[in-house]
Amino acid sequence: MDELIEILKDLHSDVDFETCTTLIDDKILDSFDIVSIVSEVNDRFDVTIPAKELVPENFNSAKALWDLISRLEED
Amino acid sequence: MMRTVLDYLDSTALRLPDKVSFRDENTSLTFKQLREQALSGGSALTDAGITREPVAVYMSKTPSEIAAFMAVLEAGCFYVPIDDEMPKMRIRLIFENLEPRAVICDESTRESVKELAGDAKVFIWDEISDSSVNEEKLASIRALMIDTDPAYIMYTSGSTGIPKGVAVCHRSLIDYIESFCGVMKFDEDTVFGSQTPFYFDASLKDIYPTIKLGCETVIVPHTLFMFPIKLVEFLNNYKINTLCWVVSALTMISAFGALDENPPKYLKIVGFGGEVFPIKQYRKWKKALPDVRYINLYGPTETTGVSMYYEVDRDFEDDEAIPLGKPFENVDIFLLDENDKEADEGEICMRGTCVTLGYYQDPERTSAAFVQNPLNSRYPELIYRTGDLARRNERGELVFISRKDFQIKHMGHRVELGEIEADVNSVKGVVASCAVYLKKKDRIELYYEGKPEEKELLTYMKEKLPRYMVPTKVHKLDRLPLTPNGKTDRKGLTALSEGY
Repeated sequence: MDELIEILKDLHSDVDFETCTTLIDDKILDSFDIVSIVSEVNDRFDVTIPAKELVPENFNSAKALWDLISRLEED
Repeated sequence: MMRTVLDYLDSTALRLPDKVSFRDENTSLTFKQLREQALSGGSALTDAGITREPVAVYMSKTPSEIAAFMAVLEAGCFYVPIDDEMPKMRIRLIFENLEPRAVICDESTRESVKELAGDAKVFIWDEISDSSVNEEKLASIRALMIDTDPAYIMYTSGSTGIPKGVAVCHRSLIDYIESFCGVMKFDEDTVFGSQTPFYFDASLKDIYPTIKLGCETVIVPHTLFMFPIKLVEFLNNYKINTLCWVVSALTMISAFGALDENPPKYLKIVGFGGEVFPIKQYRKWKKALPDVRYINLYGPTETTGVSMYYEVDRDFEDDEAIPLGKPFENVDIFLLDENDKEADEGEICMRGTCVTLGYYQDPERTSAAFVQNPLNSRYPELIYRTGDLARRNERGELVFISRKDFQIKHMGHRVELGEIEADVNSVKGVVASCAVYLKKKDRIELYYEGKPEEKELLTYMKEKLPRYMVPTKVHKLDRLPLTPNGKTDRKGLTALSEGY
C-alpha cells in the first residue's frame, strides 16, 4: 500500500490519499493521471489492469485501487 | 458565390430543420434551433455595437457553445473559444493579447469571466439566445462580409510562454471543409463523437461537416476518456459511426484491451491525427474493426487544421510511420532543405488558401513563420513553414520524421518545451531548467537547478500551465549538465530519464 501511495503522491503531492474516497467524483484524478497510474502499477506490481477493471469505483480511493491490485496479484 | 460559413447553416436549417445537429447527454439543438439562436445572439451583439472584432466565447462544451460561435459570426465578428480547462494564467495572457470588447459566457463560467473581463461587455448566453432578431441589421452586416474576414482565432503554444492567436478567415475554412468532406465521404447519416475541446482546432472536423452536410455531433463527456469500456458503451448507445480523434484517445481504448471486450460496433470512419499512431495500436483497431476506413489527418493550426491526408491502404512494419500522404485540394505542399531549396527531405512548407491570416496582434512572430516563398522571387507569395521535418517515400507520400525545434506532440497537443522552461525559469530562485520528452513513455519530465523544492515547483506549474504541459516528474539537480559547446545537455538528460 505504501508503494501505491508513493505513486499517487508523485502525481498529486497535496492530496491525502489515505483518507480521500472521491478521487474520481471530485475530479482530483484526470485521464492523464489514470494513464500514468495504470502504467506505473503495471511496472511496479507486475500485474496488468484489464479494461473491465478500469471503472470509476476502482479509482475513487487508494484503498479501492489497492484492493484491485491485491485481487489481480492473487489471480 | 459562397463567402461565409454561415451559408452552410442557412441551407442546412432550411433543408433539415428538425434534425438534431449537436447534442450532449442533457441537451440537443436541431438545425432550426441552432440557426434561430445564432440569429438572436447575433442581434444582441449587434445591438450592443459589437462588430468586426473578436468576441471571446468562454463557455462549457455544450451544443449552446456552437450556437454562440454562430451568433458571433452573424454579428460579423470572429469567435475565440476559451475553456475552464485552460489554466487561469493562460486565459489571462489570451485576454491581454485579444483585448476583447465582448465576452459570451454561461452560468458555469460567469464568475470566472467577471474576474477577467475588465471593461469588456459580458453577455450571458441564456439571456441573449432568445432575444428578438434584428433581421434587417444582420442582413446588412452579411452583405458587407467578405471571405477574407476572420471567422475565428485559436490560441496555440508559443516558445516564449505567450500563447499565439492564429486568426483564420472564412475562405480558408470553406476550402478546408469542402476538401475534407469530400475526402472523408461524410453524409447526412454521419454521427460524430466529439472528443477534443472546442478551443483546439481538431474540433473543426466535427463542427463544420455537421453544419454543411446535416450530420449529427454527439459531445462525449470528458470523464469517459479515463474509462475505455464505458467510453465504448457511450459510442454504441448513441450509434456513433465516425471519430476524428487525437491518437492518444484512440490508443487509450486499444491499449487497455477494450476493443476485445465490446467493440464500437457502429463505426465506419476513424480519422486520427495530432501525433503518430503507433503501428501496434493501429493493428489492434484494424483487427477488431477491419471494415472501418482509417485516415491519417495532418496539418497545423496555422494552415487551418488539416492540410494532408492518407487513407491507410496497407500494413506497416512495427518501426514504420503511417504516411502523412498527400495534400488536400487547392493546397500545395513542398519540402525545403537547409538551403531553402526544394528537396525530397526537409521542412514541410505549405501554400494556398489554407495559409491563415497570421497571429493576432503579433506582427513579429507572424513574419517569422509566415514568409515569402523562397522558391518564388517574382511576386509576393506567403507560405507557412511548419517546423516539421518529413521525407518523400518511394510512393511519393510524405512521411513525418521529427520536429525541427524543441516542439513536441503530447496527448495530441502541440507543446513547446521552451514554453515550459520559460515558465519555470520565471519562478523566483530557479537558475535554469530543461524539459525533456520521453517518446517511449509519452511523458514530459523537467530538470532544474535552483532553490525551490520539487513539490513546490510542480504545484506552481499545475496552476500555470495547461494539463498536457505539466511534467510527470520533476528532478532537482545541483547543476544542469552542459554539452561541450556550453548548451544544456538535453540529450543527456533525456537518456538519464529513460534509464530511470
